Amino acid sequence: MKIYDLLILGAGPAGITAAVYSARKKMDALVISEDIGGQTAWSGDIENYTGYQFITGPELTSKFQEHMKAFGIKVNTFEKATDIKKQDDGLIKTKTDKGEYLSKTLIVATGKRSRPLGVEGENEFKNKGVTYCATCDGPLFKNKVVAIVGGGNSGLEATLQMMKICPKVYLIDVAESLKADAVMVEKAKSASNVEIWSNSKVKKVSGDKFVKHIEVQRQGKTHKLDVEGVFVEIGLEPNSEFAGILDKNEAGEIKVDCHNRTNVEAIFAAGDVTDVPEKQIIIACGEGSKACLSASKYLATH
Amino acid sequence: MEIKVYSTPTCPYCKMAKDYLHSKDAPFEDIDVSSDNQAAEEMVKISGQMGVPVVVVDGQVVVGFDKTRIETLLNS
Repeated sequence: MKIYDLLILGAGPAGITAAVYSARKKMDALVISEDIGGQTAWSGDIENYTGYQFITGPELTSKFQEHMKAFGIKVNTFEKATDIKKQDDGLIKTKTDKGEYLSKTLIVATGKRSRPLGVEGENEFKNKGVTYCATCDGPLFKNKVVAIVGGGNSGLEATLQMMKICPKVYLIDVAESLKADAVMVEKAKSASNVEIWSNSKVKKVSGDKFVKHIEVQRQGKTHKLDVEGVFVEIGLEPNSEFAGILDKNEAGEIKVDCHNRTNVEAIFAAGDVTDVPEKQIIIACGEGSKACLSASKYLATH
Repeated sequence: MEIKVYSTPTCPYCKMAKDYLHSKDAPFEDIDVSSDNQAAEEMVKISGQMGVPVVVVDGQVVVGFDKTRIETLLNS
């Protein structure tokens, strides 16, 4: 089996930046990823990535992709890592849903995914009214009554998007008050078709072929709301399950030191899948470059 | 071969599906369901669901960007 200098799992900002640095260091590297761009591809407007005063998520993703292409980096997409192991000879064996790979070093940059509600009916009605991407599927709910679940920035972004095309939008949040940026909260509050339900929890999604109702619990009482769409925006969870040998924090994030080292020698991690404080595109890029430089130093000394 | 792609302009998997078809030199009709209500209804009807993209190859409906399935349909 071929032995790579470096295997990179994930092609979001962290993985792609690590790949660009690996090409400049002339490392024999391979990127394995389910998609390109990670969460950046799903982002709306980005105004805090230095060098671009304004760029959309898909545009920035294209730029990342072009950058990687210019260096001729090998990328296997639509492939998912399922297990990693450290062998007795020091090499790392990565299993995926398509095959097995050996490498001298590894960077885990698999990022985060939307957190599900975990209630009855959610899976059954996925894509049949339940959606995790307002930017993608939002337009299909034009003229329908919908519920947005989650009072953070992504929940409010979805609310502001949907209130323009829906007769009524329920914004359902478990907390006492919405924790999104004040500018967005004000806009939602002043809209006549937005009804905010604080201290409220979705208990069930139901319908026939498509979503028809949700059950919401507020102050011990259960209410049945007629909605045709449920937008789940309650945060993220790390894609770290396959990395059983790595130490993680309570949130499931891989623990790294300031050199992006994990608890296993020759395995590094970067970006949103780690316990790095603050999850930002620009931070993930920086972390990806650090991880690659650490891997390069490791190769030079071992 | 007749190919249709039901999509929204902001959905990354729609873009990936279209890029893939371009790379295979497979011409397709690009249907933007965010601006065409009737097309949106049609998409929900034929696919039985509300997620984009939906790719139709000679009447065969593929939900989401299922590269393997699209590839099989293109080669058949």
